[in-house]
Order: sequence, then C-alpha cells, then structure tokens
Amino acid sequence: MPTTTETSRGGQILARMRQSPAFLPAIGLVVVSVCMVLMNDRFVSLGNLENVGRQVSINAVISVGMTFAILTGGIDLSVGSVMALSGTVVAGLFAAGLPGVVAIGGGLLVGGLFGLCNGLVIARLAMPPIIVTLASMSIARGLGLIYTGGYPIAGLPNWFARLGHSAVLGIQTPILVMLATYAVAYVLLQRMPVGRYIYAIGSNEDAVRLSGIDARRYKVLVYLISGLTAALAGVVLTARLMSGQPNAGNGFELDAIAAVVLGGAAISGGRGSIIGTLVGALLLGVLNNGLNLMNVSPYVQNVVKGVIILLAIFISRQRRAAR
Amino acid sequence: MDAIPDAPLLLALDGVTKGFPGVQALKGVSLELARGEIHALLGENGAGKSTIIKIIGGIQHQDEGRILLDGQERRFHSYRDAIAAGIGIVFQEFSLVPDLDAVDNIFLGRETASRFGLSRKAEMRARSAELMRRLGIEVDLDCPVGRLSVADQQFIEIAKALSLDARILILDEPTATLTPSEAEHLFRVMRQLRADGIGMFFVSHHLDEIFEICDRITVLRDGRNVGLVRTSDCDMDGLVEMMVGRRLEASFPARPDTPPGDIVLEAKGLRIRDGAPESGFVLHRGEILGFAGLVGSGRTETALALIGAIPCRGKQVRIDGKPVRLDDPAAALAQGIGLLPENRKTQGLMLGFSIRDNVSINNLDKYTNRAGIIDRKKERRITLELMQQIRIKAPSDETESLTLSGGNQQKVVIARWLNRRCRILIFDEPTRGIDVGAKAEIYRLMRALADEGCSIIMISSELPEIVGLCDRVAVFRRGAIAATLAGDSINPEEVMRHATAGSDQHADHH
Repeated sequence: MPTTTETSRGGQILARMRQSPAFLPAIGLVVVSVCMVLMNDRFVSLGNLENVGRQVSINAVISVGMTFAILTGGIDLSVGSVMALSGTVVAGLFAAGLPGVVAIGGGLLVGGLFGLCNGLVIARLAMPPIIVTLASMSIARGLGLIYTGGYPIAGLPNWFARLGHSAVLGIQTPILVMLATYAVAYVLLQRMPVGRYIYAIGSNEDAVRLSGIDARRYKVLVYLISGLTAALAGVVLTARLMSGQPNAGNGFELDAIAAVVLGGAAISGGRGSIIGTLVGALLLGVLNNGLNLMNVSPYVQNVVKGVIILLAIFISRQRRAAR
Repeated sequence: MDAIPDAPLLLALDGVTKGFPGVQALKGVSLELARGEIHALLGENGAGKSTIIKIIGGIQHQDEGRILLDGQERRFHSYRDAIAAGIGIVFQEFSLVPDLDAVDNIFLGRETASRFGLSRKAEMRARSAELMRRLGIEVDLDCPVGRLSVADQQFIEIAKALSLDARILILDEPTATLTPSEAEHLFRVMRQLRADGIGMFFVSHHLDEIFEICDRITVLRDGRNVGLVRTSDCDMDGLVEMMVGRRLEASFPARPDTPPGDIVLEAKGLRIRDGAPESGFVLHRGEILGFAGLVGSGRTETALALIGAIPCRGKQVRIDGKPVRLDDPAAALAQGIGLLPENRKTQGLMLGFSIRDNVSINNLDKYTNRAGIIDRKKERRITLELMQQIRIKAPSDETESLTLSGGNQQKVVIARWLNRRCRILIFDEPTRGIDVGAKAEIYRLMRALADEGCSIIMISSELPEIVGLCDRVAVFRRGAIAATLAGDSINPEEVMRHATAGSDQHADHH
C-alpha cells in the first residue's frame, strides 16, 4: 500500500469516501435522483423535496433500529407493529386527557418494553431473532387492535397534530426528528465502544465473547434501541395522521430491511453504516416519489422497487468479490 | 492372535509420498494389512495417519508410490472407487444423517426400490437386522440415529460399511468419544469381524487399547515409517520412544532460576463432562504451565470451562486465595484472566476488521473521554506501538486482519491481550500453523510476559514446545489431569507415557 502523505488532502478524503460502505448507495441515490430530475420537472421543486423528506422520515427512523439489529447479524420484524401499537398508545393517552410528556413518554415506553423483551428472549434464551420478532410482530399487532378495538383513536390536541406538519427553523419537524435520530445513532455506532461491540458481534460473536465482552448485554441493547426507534416513528406517524391507527405500518419492517440492505449492510452482520441506511431510505423515497409523479401505477412500482433491490445487492457483492 | 501375519495380504502400500503446499505429509510410507488382522496405526498428531487414511480411501491421491489390493496395483479415483473395491472407513466425524433412522442411513443412496419406485423398507430393515445380528449388537433400528449414543452410531457406520461388502475397515480414533464399557463393546465387535476374515486398520492414541486389540503396529513419525512390530514383541516404553524419537528442537528462551511465585489461581473439583473424573491444578505467579495431552483429552474444554465459556459439571476457583465465580468470559476478564483461543480465525479475530479494531476490542474504555467518545488518535498511536513492539508485519493499522499471514494473525490476538494487561493468560495452541521464525518470537514473548509476573497456561499438542518452554506440565488424559510434571520429569517420554498409558499414579512435584 503506498503512503498517502503525498496525495492531496482532497484525494485522501475521496479515498476514504470510497472505502465507506455508504459510497455505492450514495452513487445510486445520485443516479436515481438525476434520472428523476431529467424525467420530471416537478421533482426538484422545494415543496416536492419537503414531501419526499416527510415521506421518508418514518421509514428512515424505523431503519435506524433495524440497522442496529442487522449489524449484529440479527433482524427485527416487529418494528411495523410496534410502531402502530406505540402510536395508538400515544393517541389513547392524549385522548384520555393526559399531558403530552406522559402521552409521548408512554408510547416510547411501550416500544422500549417490546424491544427489551425481544432482546432478552433472543440473548438470554438464545432463540433466533427472526422467529422471536416474528412472534412479537404478531403480539404487538394484536395488542394494538385489542387496545383500540380496531378503530383509530382521534381527539389529539392541535399542538401535537401540528408537529407532523409544521417546520422549525424552516425544516419540517418529522425531518428534524429523523436527522436527530441519525445523529445520535451515528455517534453511538461510530464514536463509542458500544458501536464497536455491535459491529464485532455481527462479525464474530464467538471472538467477542472469548475476548471477555458480555455480548448478550449488547444484543439486548440493540433490540431495545430498535423498539425505541419504532416507537418514535409511531409518535411521528400519529402526529402526521392526527390519529392513532392500529392498522398502520403493515409491511414497514420490509421497507426498513430494504433501506438497510440498500445502504450497503451485510444481512449476515458486521458490515454496514448508519449513513448508508439513511441513503438507502432516501433512495427508496425518491424512487416512490418520482414514480408517483410520473403516474406509474403502484403495482408497477412494487416491481421496480424489487428489481432495484436485487440489482443493488448484486453490484455490491460483485464489488466486494473483486477486492 | 499371533498367527495372523501368515495370512494372505489384503492391502499393501509401497513407498507412498504426498505433499501439500508448504509441507511434505508423507515421505515414502509402506504399510500392509493381512486378512483377519487388526493393525494399529500409531503416531503423534501430524505424523501422517489421516493422510494415509484419505489416500487408501481414494479421497486424496498419492504423489508417488503404489497401492496393492490382493497383490494387484490399484488406483482409486474417488471414495466411491474405494468402497466398490471393498474398503470401508469409519471417520472421526460420522457421515450419518442424524434425522434418519439406522435402516435409512445404512441404505442411503442405494435404497432398494420396487417397480413403482417405492422403497422396500421392510426388506432393507430385515437386511439391517441381519447385519446387526452378525455384529452381535442391539440397536434401535427405528430411532433417528442422532438420538442414539455415539457408540451405537459407530456400530451403524460399521454396519453400513459391511453392507457394502467391505473387506477392509479403517477405524479412525473410534474410541476417542466412547466410555470404557462402550469401547469394550466395540472391541468385541472388532474381534468378531476379525474372525470373519476382515482386515482392520485401527487408529488410537491409547496404547493400552492397542495392546488389547491389535495384532501388529505400524509406527509413523513425520511422514515416515519408524517401525512395524508385532504387539506381542514390544512394550509401551519402546513404542513411546519410537513415536517421539529424537529431534532437533527450536530454540526456546531460558527458564528463570528464580523459584515459583505465590499461587495466583487454584482450580479444584473441575469436572468437564459427565462421567469424567474431577481434577484440579494450581498456577503460580510468573510461571508457564503446560497443558499437554492428546487431542480430545480435555485440555481446551478445561480452559474454556475455567473461564465460563462453556458449561461444566463442577468447578471451584480461587484467585489469590479468594473464591470467585467465573460464569462467563466477561467475569473471568474482570478477574484478570484472558484466553487466546485455539482457532484464530473462527474464535479469535473479527476477520473483516482492521488490526486496530481487533487489538482494541476488549479495552476500548482505555481510549474514551468523559463523554464516552473514543479518542481515535490515541487508539491508533497505541496500536502502532504494539504492532512495532511485537513486530506485526502489515502495511498499516487499518489493514484487514483477513489478509495477514497466520503468524501475524496470531500476533494480533496477542497484541489484544498485551493491550488489555491480564494477570493470567491462557494460550491455546499458540503456534499452530505458524512458521518456525514466528514460533520462536511467540515463545520469547510468552517468556517475557511470565518474567514480568504474568501467569501463563499454554495448551499445546506439540511436545517439543511443551518440553522446551513450560515450567510445569499438567498432562491430560480422558477428560482430567493424569499427572503434573516438573523439573527433570518434563521430557517427551514421560509426557507421552502419561498422555497415553492411562497410569493412575499422580506424579506431583510442586
């Protein structure tokens, strides 16, 4: 390997970027965005871009927790149901006349508890994450329906409902929530020991354990975080819909997995990045939005999305194999 | 038992050589097997036994030399060829399908089918039962074999080979996982087969078993024949000497003249498996204690059980005289015990990670500021210092550990434990697959650590390094420590004798 001292600082930065797992997804995002701009003059308007951001924010927040789970080599299928359950709890507590702190806190608490239970069962009982979270997906969905009787809960205070649509410092609140979540996740994963453990568990759990690190504790933490981000997405969704919808979020877990994988993460764990996940979520959002603007039928959109996921995985595998 | 060598030869190997990249496994081995003979293949790990078995079975092919079957030169292109010629191998890892029953396993791939393509289970079952009668064993034919005992699974493997009309049977360490009474049962079956005229190669490290069951013994060392003897004409000491031989030894750092330090760790009542005897040991400050013994004798299991990485039936551990509970490796680390595992790639390293990430993984708190953020400059600086100190050859601290040589990978794992200073370090096969130069460096490092007061346990299958490096040696046999050696009694013959002979006397010299 040649020394990098003689290359320019810009060259160094470029080389570092190319090393990043988010590099390819970012190229993909640029390519797809340029296509959308060329094919559609309405795409690039500020209003539409805000729209994309708002649409993306929910999936992007859920995908944060999914990234943590997938980095350890696990998965969390319960996120869509947990989001819906937490959203209805928030709405229910508001409807009961409780103050905002309690309502929002209650929603987050429910999501966190679900995540904690997932994590404890997975780590302590050594059960496969896909099965455990498949079960809790069903349980959370059922509890949401029992709690609401199957009907949406309305009667939210105006200030809360405005959160879903207002802007702070010129940026839409859901987008702010999303950016804040990513900032926290970035620091956790890239700058703190816990992030290193999470990657390491996904790379080689035996090695981590034999190094004297309590891997189980960090696996519990990962699902706790996933439950919390799902609940946070539920809060945002409830504000946007101005009601708690027990049937919301069907299939959201799959969109989140798609975002993580499009973002360059290995489904077997140990490789990926939170920035990549954000790019992956944006890529899916731009695709949805652009195809909508072009009046492409939703049926066709599904096919396009599937093909793009396959293509992205194929390219990234080729590139890894070439190294 | 004595008349056997006059019987006609079934199989002969003549001057067989086999090389692999970087190592010559067989350097001209000759071997013969008579009808109705049980012939032991004896040698240390790496003597070439497994390669010979694979060549006889057509799984690997010799570079030079001939294989004669009934006096005719034959070349087996595959395992199938060998099976068709009447050779059956019972491997250490069975090739049975655990979810199928005995009948389906015996006839796997050649089910007798009726005209409509339906398998004739009743017919196959009757033939299986007949085979079992011939072997004089009772096995539940309808139970998935995965739920049967290891011994029963082995009998099914043998039955499978016989159902294929095997005349030559190779048993690769069949008793390693059997209890003494199960082994006795296996020997009865083997005697029955011998009476039927079947020739058998028997691989075992347990000399008492070889004396009990075998007619002749071929001893191998470093890929060469060193002896072919009748069992009735030799004794254990003679065999051990043949196996160990005299050899050039790598340079080992000198042992210190100072007496051993205080007892740092004391383990008592260690029982790693059901039925295994209890054992215990002590570890002094600044010493290197060897765990010697054969593969499967329980050295690694004992180490893993000690730090709580695997469950065990019982253990009491004291550190500095105080009882401690070591429920998992994290608890062991908190007490200052670290382990460098046997398999660097699967248990030691995160292969896709950089050297730096691998080195610092269990001591990240050392680099964090008050907010819990890792100071990456500091991490990098310390990693580079360590890399220089133990001479890890790599372009940078960000090099993926996947791309390093075996010796450098091992050094990365060592650097991890130099970074996280421990009072007690367990090295499991630290020099496996490493070239001679790197070996000497690792020995020096271990001795330097011990001189600084670190207590070291070294598990090793290589006699020279056990003898050359260790201050004391615990010799394992069948799941427990059979003897602890010190001073002049640490020599290859003595270690091998305790590892293989099964003597019950404890030669404790603290």
